[in-house]
Amino acid sequence: MSLLKVDKLTVQFGGIKALTAIDFEMEEKEILAIIGPNGAGKTTLFNCVSGVYHPTSGEILFAGESLLGLSPDRIAQRGIGRTFQNIRLFNNMSVLDNLMLGRHMKFQRNILQAFLRIRKEELLHREKVEEIIDFLDLAAYRQARVIDCPYGVQKRVELGRAIVMEPKLLLLDEPVAGLTVEEKNRVAYLVTEMRGRFGFGILLIEHDLRIVSRLADRMVVLNFGQKLAEGNPAEVQRNPEVIRAYVGEG
Amino acid sequence: MNLVESYKDDLKLIEKPWTGCWITMTVIALLLLPWFGNEHLIYMGTLIFIVSVGIMGQNILIGYTGQISLGQAGFLAIGAFSFGHMAQMGLPIGLALLGAGCMAAFFGVLVGFPSLRLKGPYLAIVTLGFGIAVYQTFASFEVLSGGRMGLVIPKFPALFGLTREASMYYFSLFLGIAFTLATYNLISSYMGRAFVAIRDNDIAAEVLGVNLTRYKLLSFAISSFYTGIHGAMFAMFMGFIDPQMFNFSESLIIFVAVVIGGLASVEGAIFGAAFVILVPQVFSGYKEFVPVIFGVTVIFIMIFEPLGLAGRWFKMRLYYRNWPFR
Repeated sequence: MSLLKVDKLTVQFGGIKALTAIDFEMEEKEILAIIGPNGAGKTTLFNCVSGVYHPTSGEILFAGESLLGLSPDRIAQRGIGRTFQNIRLFNNMSVLDNLMLGRHMKFQRNILQAFLRIRKEELLHREKVEEIIDFLDLAAYRQARVIDCPYGVQKRVELGRAIVMEPKLLLLDEPVAGLTVEEKNRVAYLVTEMRGRFGFGILLIEHDLRIVSRLADRMVVLNFGQKLAEGNPAEVQRNPEVIRAYVGEG
Repeated sequence: MNLVESYKDDLKLIEKPWTGCWITMTVIALLLLPWFGNEHLIYMGTLIFIVSVGIMGQNILIGYTGQISLGQAGFLAIGAFSFGHMAQMGLPIGLALLGAGCMAAFFGVLVGFPSLRLKGPYLAIVTLGFGIAVYQTFASFEVLSGGRMGLVIPKFPALFGLTREASMYYFSLFLGIAFTLATYNLISSYMGRAFVAIRDNDIAAEVLGVNLTRYKLLSFAISSFYTGIHGAMFAMFMGFIDPQMFNFSESLIIFVAVVIGGLASVEGAIFGAAFVILVPQVFSGYKEFVPVIFGVTVIFIMIFEPLGLAGRWFKMRLYYRNWPFR
């Protein structure tokens, strides 16, 4: 059974069709990239999968179960984590607290423990968070307020916040946008490492085709809310439709 | 040296020995106050402890969860009148207090429901409407408010050979400390983190699995519980309440205390409470100017110290901690 199956997904905002009958499937531990020009509907697709938008019609199956009509927190509990294109961190919290929030669902929550300062759970999850802090090399920023951190670090914190959720499927919305070449390579390495080490399936939006074609097992190309092509990176890049969408008429 | 050696050390309530030292000294000073201070000082102290409980609650809602509310007087009134009626029925004080808090928390949840859909100024308007509606309800139904004479409430009894005022002082000091500790614990727990997450970025919080409905309503319930206790204690302290005490300006004073004390800070709540109690006392000769002073202070705070008195306090501590380096 496939990890994620999107079936005839359509999203309409008034008269605008943001997505029209999108179909694709992804397997476990697969890295699937979604590419396309600006306004193609990539982020809308992510918002549908993570429950921020509700699609007009179509079906999204995660591990065989429908995600339609679920609120984002329920979807997160099913095992889908995501990052955002324009960073959405909790700016006034420390890096550590941001990552601890990623463990929120895994906490055994008890209001009495909160009031009486019983912090067994906290220590348990701190171990896991520290593991990810090492993995992402964030130790120097652990206690820093997120808003004071440089952009590259914020990107990594957001990545870390999604990783500590230990999802089965990770949605990464432009994880390397705005980074230096060095940082891009590092994130690219982290993405492959994440699949190997934690066994996530990763759905990736990215504009940097050089990075994407290296990372992705398969690609889906969107343009104006429609699926243009699907296949492995080499195939997709030779597809004349894709070339037309990206470069224009030749 | 204060090196953190384990994850557990990171979770300590009091990090530095010096902090523990002056906190202990402050508590001892407060405990000794009835022996050395005059009656007026005891009166002021009691009032500050009572009010700081309410301000702390509203700080959880406004400062930490970021839900702007202007209906505090409503919760105060609900707490005060439920306590009054329960005390008149002969319930023991502890039980009546708990009941008053729970009653306010129940209405807090009801008022919280619009917060699931509304944000910022829109929520402020809804809660403002609630505050005024509660005031009107109590003003028009004499069964609830005890009629034109108001509701007479049995005062706190004299205990352990102390005067009645001193007993009340110790009881509010005890409650104030208990609520302060509880608040510190709450905000450093997973729940406090979830509250701040909702304030900073609700969509991201939701995607991380924070149930917005539950935590927003929880925040409303907890904050109104605090405010209900504040109202009940205030009623017991005064020995008499009438609806006029809980009009809209009371909501504004609480809001002002939260802002001046410092948003998202427990110490700030205490400072804010002290400010709104002490300023009218200091300027008691110029009563009509008190709102002006509040207003001007809020403007200055907003411009020069957005973190309020707590921010100033924090910077002061940082300065002395690092002295002579800067």
